[in-house]
Amino acid sequence: MLKVDNLNVYYGGIHALKGISFEVEEGKIVTLIGANGAGKSTTLKTICSLVKAKEGKIIFKDQEITNLSTEQIVKRGLVLIPEGRKIFPNLTVQENLALGAFIREDKEKIAQDQEWVGELFPRLKERWWQKGGTLSGGEQQMLAVARGLMSRPQLLMLDEPSLGLAPLLVKEIFEIIQQIHREGITILLVEQNAFAALKLADYAYVLETGRLVLQGKGEELLQKEEVRKAYLGE
Amino acid sequence: MSLSIFFQNLINAISLGFLFALIAIGYTMVYGVLRLINFAHGDIFMMAAFFVFYTMTIFSLPWGIACLVAIVLTMLLGLSVERVAYRPLRNAPRISSLCSAIGVSFLLENFAVVVFGGRPKSFYCPEFFTKTFILGGVRVLGINFVTPLVSIVFLSLLSYLVYRTKNGLAMRAISKDFDTARLMGINIDRTISFTFMIGSGLAAVGAILWASRYPQIWPFMGVFPGWRAFTAAIIGGIGSIRGAMVGGFLVGFISIMLVAFLPELAGYKDAFIFIALILVLLFKPEGLFGEE
Repeated sequence: MLKVDNLNVYYGGIHALKGISFEVEEGKIVTLIGANGAGKSTTLKTICSLVKAKEGKIIFKDQEITNLSTEQIVKRGLVLIPEGRKIFPNLTVQENLALGAFIREDKEKIAQDQEWVGELFPRLKERWWQKGGTLSGGEQQMLAVARGLMSRPQLLMLDEPSLGLAPLLVKEIFEIIQQIHREGITILLVEQNAFAALKLADYAYVLETGRLVLQGKGEELLQKEEVRKAYLGE
Repeated sequence: MSLSIFFQNLINAISLGFLFALIAIGYTMVYGVLRLINFAHGDIFMMAAFFVFYTMTIFSLPWGIACLVAIVLTMLLGLSVERVAYRPLRNAPRISSLCSAIGVSFLLENFAVVVFGGRPKSFYCPEFFTKTFILGGVRVLGINFVTPLVSIVFLSLLSYLVYRTKNGLAMRAISKDFDTARLMGINIDRTISFTFMIGSGLAAVGAILWASRYPQIWPFMGVFPGWRAFTAAIIGGIGSIRGAMVGGFLVGFISIMLVAFLPELAGYKDAFIFIALILVLLFKPEGLFGEE
């Protein structure tokens, strides 16, 4: 579904991504793990064109999207839930969700989807008319995910959804990711919480200072000594 | 001061307050999305008055049509200013676009001097505007009926646009975060253009009402109304539309009431407006309705 080929990205003089290539198969959960500064977020941002690649190709559903604008990419069904939630604090929960559906015109379906995410996140439903900025950290993350779903993604990319959440909420977020996946949405997950991500993922890539150093099935990587040492703290 | 004169002044102040509100909104909206003070806004306002003047004199169109044409032309002018002078600098340090804004202001003023001439021209307005009506002993100029009515219509349209439409939602989203707005599929450039068009359109409405009230137009007519409206926007809390309205009223009231109650201080009108600004900034730096 998504194919990234020899992606090279520079931030000023820093070579942030040094030729990475990977694939996300339709219907799977794929995860990208690695330490801080390995280039995980940069990879996602480059895929949706918030950061421009110097070299490389990005192909989504058999079409090259490397030089498209973010707007066009979102319209094709490739949606990113950015790191740090990035909900709009000045807008209500309902308006945040409306922004998620910004690219869509099908009013009835949008209303249905609002119901659907309301069921998925009952806590948001209680806060429908509250400003996003007044929500707790966990609720904001739920809102960010719900907003992403409102774009009706075919491939949903999540950047560190568990960041800064209490353990109980982390568990909840990962359960929700699975639930979304069961709805037929392909998932590319970036996580520092390698253990949880690997347990969930069909396939995983390990990123180290801008290079992919390891890949394999999630379960397999969990067994690997170098992974356990480097990312699981054993 | 008799009651009837007080009411006369009150009506005057309300009318002027609406005018400042219309102009102040242009500053506040542009600041909201770009974090830029559009110093050319007062001059865009001036151009609107000349657009009416020349549409009427050159194409001999009736006043009403000329006003519509002028509003559209002013919107296009605002759009072009953003395209040419601000968009290329969007990722440059903020001081660059600020300098660019001041440059556009000088450019428009001097363009007007060269092309339109520096001598004031008289501005046509319908007879009703200059007629005096006497209501229960209070003398009211026609324009003082028209200004609040027209302003209320346009301010309601604006509220609808900003709070009830998709474009408005996009505007409010990009005022917080460009990148996340992009991730929602919002076209940033288009939304910014839209913002400039709306702000300039309101300035044009303000200019027509202003020139009907003070029926002489000249290339620097936008400077002081511009500064006062800018002050109004800051007092109200720049970036806040409600703030611009309240700030506009405050500045309108100071302008009229000071002259009415303390005529010997009338010459210090602007000084008092700026004192109000300084006080607000000292005690509530984000303005009356601004965000912290």
